[in-house]
Amino acid sequence: MDALTLLILLIYLFAVAYLGYRGYRATKTAADYLVAGRNINPIVMALSYGATFISTSAIVGFGGVAANLGMGLLWLTFLNIFVGIYIAFVFLGNPTRRTGHHLDAHTFPELLGKRFQSRALQVIGGLIIFLFMPLYAMAVIIGGAEFIGPIFHIPFNAALYIFAFIVAAYVVAGGMKGVMFTDALQATIMLIGMVILLAATYATLGGFTQAHQSLTEMAPRVPAALKAIGHRGWTAMPLFGWAKPGSSGPEAIPFNLWWTMVTTIILGVGIGVLAQPQLVVRFMTVSSRQSLNRAVVAGGIFILFMTGVAFVVGPLSNVYFARHETIRCRLVDDQALLDPGPDGKGRLTLLPPDALAEVISRAKRFIAYRLPGDAEDQALRYVLWTPEMTLTRGTDGRLDEIRPGLIAIARTATLGTPLSGNADAIIPHYVASAFPKWFGIVFLLTLLAAAMSTLSSQFHAMGTAIGRDVFETLTGERHSTRSIAITRLGILAGLAAAILLGKMVRFNIIALATAIFFGLCGASFLPAFLGALFWKRMTRAGALASLLVGFLASAFWSLFINSKTATGLGLCKALFGKETLIPASFSPTWAFVDPLVVALPLSLLTAILVSLGTRPLSDDHVNWCFGGPKPR
Amino acid sequence: MFGIADKAVFLAYALSVASALLCVLYGVAHWNQGDEPPQTEDLQWAKEEKEEVEETL
Repeated sequence: MDALTLLILLIYLFAVAYLGYRGYRATKTAADYLVAGRNINPIVMALSYGATFISTSAIVGFGGVAANLGMGLLWLTFLNIFVGIYIAFVFLGNPTRRTGHHLDAHTFPELLGKRFQSRALQVIGGLIIFLFMPLYAMAVIIGGAEFIGPIFHIPFNAALYIFAFIVAAYVVAGGMKGVMFTDALQATIMLIGMVILLAATYATLGGFTQAHQSLTEMAPRVPAALKAIGHRGWTAMPLFGWAKPGSSGPEAIPFNLWWTMVTTIILGVGIGVLAQPQLVVRFMTVSSRQSLNRAVVAGGIFILFMTGVAFVVGPLSNVYFARHETIRCRLVDDQALLDPGPDGKGRLTLLPPDALAEVISRAKRFIAYRLPGDAEDQALRYVLWTPEMTLTRGTDGRLDEIRPGLIAIARTATLGTPLSGNADAIIPHYVASAFPKWFGIVFLLTLLAAAMSTLSSQFHAMGTAIGRDVFETLTGERHSTRSIAITRLGILAGLAAAILLGKMVRFNIIALATAIFFGLCGASFLPAFLGALFWKRMTRAGALASLLVGFLASAFWSLFINSKTATGLGLCKALFGKETLIPASFSPTWAFVDPLVVALPLSLLTAILVSLGTRPLSDDHVNWCFGGPKPR
Repeated sequence: MFGIADKAVFLAYALSVASALLCVLYGVAHWNQGDEPPQTEDLQWAKEEKEEVEETL
């Protein structure tokens, strides 16, 4: 590491440690403020909420998806702000706070359980959260590891363990309490980092309009496989349509990308955010409606600059990699061959010395190189060779130069990844390549901090789900030694599960895993949540039925209908010998419809019909839930 | 528009900025509204949150 980078790193760590120590004296969680009857600065509250909402998943995972699929992902930014901030804070925030305090509920399942007088609701809700939150935690951890890897040039598995160790240390040191001041500080640094990222990107690429124009002109370079499923360039939405029932081959697939982008990524996260357990409880920690009103200002701006920047810079990185990237290095081998496996879809491996002719013929040519500063015994770096690449050997001891001229996803293909690349590695590669090392490291550290605040809220939700919602509800024990132990063990189990999953399902997974979890929560919890806050006629049976229908419909659709998840999970194939259960006489596009757009309407309908068809809760109880006195 | 090929994408860009603006305008317009002093149940909730939830983690 060079001297300037080291100096800046030390200054940053010292500043954070110093401010952390100053803040430690006044270490306050939201509950501390409430107990003291004081208001938290609304900007602190909003930034802390934002840091919990936005993590490596959004910047690395979804940013990488945007780099691959284009600026159409900005529709998610719009929903993140309009639904995730405006609607959530303005319409749901205060009722959640008042109801939570009035019913004395400290978790999301507890809120539903007390509102509908149903222990089953609390227990089942707790189980869903405990069992599936590790998926989302995994996505966040992978995002961190995918960033640590390229910046420090260490293998992914090592980066995964290092990050997991940092998280565990944070948890043990009491970082779970969600100290708002620290969250807000890190969020501020992240905001500055994203502004720099955006400004520098536009500046390098020739300005606002020119940058977009260059990206538009690159449309012919969309990979054939993506074109076939509807990709029309990075500044255009994919092709919209619905394949004819029974069609096959190229006619079956041209609209798949639109349905995946819009229903899974945009709607799944955009709407699912309203029912995220770790975000809902945040509203209970606010002191008044005024805090929420004021927080909307900071929240809107923050989310715009987090996801908005990621979904603009990601796609624009294609222009950088294709037209601007110059790697100054030492060439080691300009004919390195890497094997993508018999079907071309495996992880790239080195050829053995005695490789067969057929293996050699299917291998792809890469350039192997070292950057100045890489140790001699460090693993080589690889970049895919194409005829567009220019190689210049340095004379008189000067460094060699590679201008790869690749699009972003292709630039991530290297030893260990699929030949088609890894979208989760695009943003880390872009930052490592286009920015000075000190920026990359500071950006990484603040990104990890944002990930930490998200992870701590996730583990908080997991721990209380198994300890308070499941165990305490079933046994009736309150805050006993056993329930504390179960809460803490639950957190450790969740962390272990997230890491194990991370090792198993790496590559192009962050956004998908996040969207699956958000969609599941949306379909299962949103109708009951909205009914809890706004519909007095909703009954216990209606809430419970909507939870079960939403969850089971999501599960069924994910396991047997949606192509990505059904194929990935493999149960459908194992049980029925087919990838999905969609009849041949149906349109194949059904396989790319997200569970949420089917399961949420179903659970909503269930909530309404079952509530209207069953006995309402007692008037006294409903009055209490909506602000009246507690019934005897 | 502005080098972006698809109107739908430009619309998403514009709506993102517009919705952030909506948040700012809403917050500023309601900056001094909704101030309620904490009630007993709020303080009781906070106490329980500290003791039962935060101390556990």
